[in-house]
Amino acid sequence: MPVTVRIPTPIRQYTEQLSEVALEGKTVGEVLEQFKARFPDAGGRFFSAASKASRFVNLYLNDEDIRFLKDLDTPVSDRDTLSIILAIAGGSE
Amino acid sequence: MGFVIGLRCKECGERYAAGRQFVCSSCFGPLEVEYDYAAIGRSLGRESIAARPRNLWRYRELLPIEGDPATGRHSGFTPLVRARRLGEAIGLAELYLKDDSVNHPTLSYKERVVSVAITRALELGFDTIACASTGNLANSVAAHSARLGLRCFVFVPDAVEPAKIVGSGVYRPRIVRIRGNYDDVNRLCSEIGSQYSWGFVNVNLRPYYTEGAKTMGFEIAEQLDWRLPRHTILPTAGGTLLPKVCKAYQELVELGWVEGESRIHAAQAAGCAPVIAALHAGKTEIRPVKPATIAHSIAIGNPADGRYVLDCVRRTGGWGETATDPEILDSIQLLAESEGIFAEPAGGTTLAVCRKLVAQGRIRGDESVVVAITGNGYKATEAILPRLDRSIQLSSSLADFEHWYATLGASASEPVSVQGAS
Repeated sequence: MPVTVRIPTPIRQYTEQLSEVALEGKTVGEVLEQFKARFPDAGGRFFSAASKASRFVNLYLNDEDIRFLKDLDTPVSDRDTLSIILAIAGGSE
Repeated sequence: MGFVIGLRCKECGERYAAGRQFVCSSCFGPLEVEYDYAAIGRSLGRESIAARPRNLWRYRELLPIEGDPATGRHSGFTPLVRARRLGEAIGLAELYLKDDSVNHPTLSYKERVVSVAITRALELGFDTIACASTGNLANSVAAHSARLGLRCFVFVPDAVEPAKIVGSGVYRPRIVRIRGNYDDVNRLCSEIGSQYSWGFVNVNLRPYYTEGAKTMGFEIAEQLDWRLPRHTILPTAGGTLLPKVCKAYQELVELGWVEGESRIHAAQAAGCAPVIAALHAGKTEIRPVKPATIAHSIAIGNPADGRYVLDCVRRTGGWGETATDPEILDSIQLLAESEGIFAEPAGGTTLAVCRKLVAQGRIRGDESVVVAITGNGYKATEAILPRLDRSIQLSSSLADFEHWYATLGASASEPVSVQGAS
């Protein structure tokens, strides 16, 4: 059950320049574990030991911030898209 | 470049040259411009500033540009209005309004950040200016780009009401409607900025853009004869303005031009108050919310720099409060009736919060207070329209008028007093 993970430009230097990657998992947290395993250099920079997302990176499952869902416990399914979005692009004015 | 040392990550401290980098490569934290204050202090004094034109560039040594300003020569240096009637109505003896509702040319505080961002964008070689916005920011970006003849793209979510983009559309930018929500638009913009080398003022130019907001703080201090107000009340949306006014005050202290400290207070609409919620809960983490308020210009549920707002408020001994939609409208009305200033709902929010802080005893009646009015009510008339019932339709006969005037009774000849409605 692969989930597409979208990677913003400034992080691609740590992800072999990939803009997206398909990863397995039943929850957002599990997908992120896979992401860290695949790209340890990227994951280590914005996930703490508890695998919580950093303040500077927000995670969106499809169109929704996971903090409005069940955070890392949010279930994911086939064809979902998990987007890593830099917090600097947050908000609108 | 000038007095700029470079960029520094606000979180991990990593340093970068002042170029196109806009987030830290190590931790993805935001970057802050650093200056050589000793050198600035040697080459600039309060007297030389006083002799300069009255626009935001009079503090250019403290802004991140190399050469001459490209735009904004009529922006900034907005009035600091001594608000006597309003002060009397809400129990403040020394109240001032920093009135960016008349900031040239598009009537909001955004002229400050956009003037700096576009000037720096040209220095960095960008030939296309863009932003993600539907409101004040887009208006300002489109206007400044038009007068410079720059290619300009304004990205908005598809569902935005057409009326909201008129104030940008008149300047003829390319308006790109994206199928999706704001986050989709923002994500796309950060990708476009990287791949097409376009200058998105509030994304990849953000380290420079936010510095422009300092000019509001410089002006407040200068207009008070180089004194900081005891209290400064600012609206909080994405978290750009408040930390930068705080930085401006600190820089003036560092330069030895002012003394003391201003307590900085944050104002949010009750229908979108993620920063105030964290403040009141004693937390540093900000949980995003779904905005539901008439104060559209400050309805940001996921503030990029919200935690820096918390830092500044806590460090200066300030506080923060929220205002409900009816409280916001009451304060818009009170401001208009007492001082002749028509603010957008963000301005009603800061004034309503000021009144709460006075009621709570956090601001004493004899202390100096500055309330920021960041946008113009003429752009947001729909919010206040239902409350305005003070017109009468008559025929053109004098008799008709006299008959109506007689019905007003004694109240018609009394001086107008401010209601100070709660």
